[in-house]
Amino acid sequence: MKSIEKLMRKMEPDHDGKWAKFHPVWDGFYTFLFTPGETTVKGAHIRDGIDLKRTMFMVVTALIPCLLFGIYNTGHWHYVANGESTEFMHMFGDKLVYGLLKVLPLVIVAYAVGLGVEFMFCIKNQHAIQEGYLVTGMLIPLIVPADIPLWMLTIAIIFAVVLGKEVFGGTGMNIVNIALTARAFLFFGYPTMMSGDRVWMSGAPDGFSGPTQLGELASFTGAKADWAFGSIDGFMQSHSTLDAFIGMIPGSVGETSTVAILLGAALLLYTGIASWRIMLSFIAGGFVVGLLANQFAVNEYMMLPPVHHLVIGGFAFGAVFMITDPVTASQTNTGKFIYGFLGGALSITIRVFNGAYPEGVMMAILFMNVMAPLIDHYVVGANIKRRQKRLKTKAA
Amino acid sequence: MSKTIKLRKGLDIKLVGEADKVKATVERSDSFAIKPPDFHGLVPKMLVKVGDKVKAGTPIFEDKYNPDVNFVSPVAGEIEDVVRGAKRRILEIRIKADAENSFEDLGAVDTANMSGEEVKAYMLKNGLWPFIKMRPLDVIARPEDKPKAIFISGFDSSPLAPDYDFILHGENELFQRGLYALSKLTDGKIHLTLRGGSVADDTFTKAQGVQINKISGKHPIGNVGTQIHHIDPVNKGEVVWTVNAQDVALIGRVMSSGQFDASKVIAITGSEVKNPKYIKTTIGTKIDNIIADNIKEGNVRYISGNVLTGDKVDADGYLGFYHSQITVIPEGDEPKFMITQGWMSPGFNKFSINRSYFSWLTPNKKRVLDTNLNGEIRAFVVTGEMEKVFPFDIYPMQLIKSVMYNDIDLMENLGIYEVAPEDFALCEFVCTSKINIQSVIRDGLDVIQEECM
Repeated sequence: MKSIEKLMRKMEPDHDGKWAKFHPVWDGFYTFLFTPGETTVKGAHIRDGIDLKRTMFMVVTALIPCLLFGIYNTGHWHYVANGESTEFMHMFGDKLVYGLLKVLPLVIVAYAVGLGVEFMFCIKNQHAIQEGYLVTGMLIPLIVPADIPLWMLTIAIIFAVVLGKEVFGGTGMNIVNIALTARAFLFFGYPTMMSGDRVWMSGAPDGFSGPTQLGELASFTGAKADWAFGSIDGFMQSHSTLDAFIGMIPGSVGETSTVAILLGAALLLYTGIASWRIMLSFIAGGFVVGLLANQFAVNEYMMLPPVHHLVIGGFAFGAVFMITDPVTASQTNTGKFIYGFLGGALSITIRVFNGAYPEGVMMAILFMNVMAPLIDHYVVGANIKRRQKRLKTKAA
Repeated sequence: MSKTIKLRKGLDIKLVGEADKVKATVERSDSFAIKPPDFHGLVPKMLVKVGDKVKAGTPIFEDKYNPDVNFVSPVAGEIEDVVRGAKRRILEIRIKADAENSFEDLGAVDTANMSGEEVKAYMLKNGLWPFIKMRPLDVIARPEDKPKAIFISGFDSSPLAPDYDFILHGENELFQRGLYALSKLTDGKIHLTLRGGSVADDTFTKAQGVQINKISGKHPIGNVGTQIHHIDPVNKGEVVWTVNAQDVALIGRVMSSGQFDASKVIAITGSEVKNPKYIKTTIGTKIDNIIADNIKEGNVRYISGNVLTGDKVDADGYLGFYHSQITVIPEGDEPKFMITQGWMSPGFNKFSINRSYFSWLTPNKKRVLDTNLNGEIRAFVVTGEMEKVFPFDIYPMQLIKSVMYNDIDLMENLGIYEVAPEDFALCEFVCTSKINIQSVIRDGLDVIQEECM
């Protein structure tokens, strides 16, 4: 350790030398390797062991089950599309290799491009390099189709990091979730790559159709006969809730398996990194709207069981990793309940009522990101009112 | 009506080095100091010069903007030095103590026959006033105020805190006399708050003329700010005063003897102390004799006060005016490699309110924590952690942010009048972004003092 430290110290650019501008980059690497010997000066002389690096590291760890499952699932649907395999565990090795070849480049590009942009801004502003992107860089590959061209991903990430984060001042200052900003950019910029029935199976041959369950639901036009499944029962028979729960469905890389997501959720909740308030109320919100839709079911789509809503599309992934982003979420505890509930409710509402856009979670969360300060404003306002009332009772 | 309060929020940080319940004596140091920075916002006006002879109780400086408030020497001796810092600000007034202590005759008084004004005049003149602090602002009380109540906390809940029951055992009479004196200063009540679920010493339980409240939970229940908030909160325009329990006895002692006897019992605690114990000493003492031969090898930090709110002092520094404790913990100024000890380590020896380190397996283990920040300063990212340890009906993060962007209206509305920096010590401890929250709150209080008081 001493030798590494010495080597790092040797490479440290002088503050007024030729490479002085690059000091933040050196500092970023140094503080990555070594917790600096910085001590408290006054105030609390001892500090909690946690820091932002550890927090972000925990989130990245929580994402690993999704990543691993996503790699395999990508391979699986490739071979299904090509008609070489139908059983999930058949041709395990081939599927894994194919998935790795597809997904790893996404991860590498996401980190390389995003961190590159971050470094440029840190050099320009002479800021310390902050840890927020460690998570964003892992989230982005997990919420795009495996087949997305890398240049598209690059543009989306540059857009998201610059306009979603750096213009607001960097980590901790952003208003909307950065990973979702990238996703939204792709969705609006290249809609044919982000929806429809062709993109969800990597390397599918021409003419093959393999939409997500949401895509199939959205293809319901109102007249039963036109719909491939005939009725919601027909749909449920060909797509069981259990399959969707385990993740054996096509979709974005990391969002399909609710099991893998729940593993991540368990880690985040147990360590206390993510807010259980937001997660719980998000799921409750989605479930309630799912139930309501059932009650008023005017078409077959609205009869989809609420539990099924929770395991298809990006709902579970959004509930655990997206809506809980502490920077863009509501910051008060009461606000978190409201924020999560509205987010979940809105997700399913968009799904059920907007036929053109079956995946409502991204929109709902982005919208709630913008609304979060308003929610907080009223929650804090209630506290202020209570405080002023105390003064009045006193005077009376 | 006495109140019983139960709090769920808070955090007890279990540290190695609690003081054994023995009162030891060490040789009296020959140097003492009064440090004006201990009294926040005070501008001292010197009344003595270097070389002057003083006795215990001789005024050595006064508050420039409130000349009634005198600060007196804790011991007899000669003014040795006036240490100044930037802009000639006075940092320390050092007194070289005589071998034999002698006292200024202040005149013993019986508060029973005195009016409030007389008590006040006596306390102001003879250096007893600085023991009274006020909320809002957490500074020395203003003599012209009429407080709506006076709060005394009968215990300290901070890490490794001294046990007041032990310190004040047998001081019934002096404590009671102090209470009588304080009762002349307010028309309201004197609240004495004790720890719920445990039996306090007679000194507290038999106190007359006070309202005894009970509070149970985790730190910061011993903080007088927490108690005020839950018993009789401060609204805008109201003032309450607070006095430390040991200082109440000191006030009683001075008034009944007519001698400024500034002796007090302090605890020397912390993982780097060989024999943590209680020591009888005097306000403002140099700590060299106290720590001599009692500190383990290595790079250590001396703190006058506790680990959450105390002041860093040198090995030849002086005890703070309000402090009843010296804590010695290791310095953490060595870089830590990420995998072995840093942010990626399993962290069996780290302490965190989150369970991201494996130290959660042993929640009751007493730990040795050093002064490392364990990270770097960042923008606020994580939310909800302060709310776990902040037992006020106040939104801590919102209040901190309102101070940071200097919105006075919002600060008032969110409750700046009720808080002191020490109330935010735990928030500062748990903050993932490593922001110096106590300093932020102090800045906010300074703005309020300037603009609104």
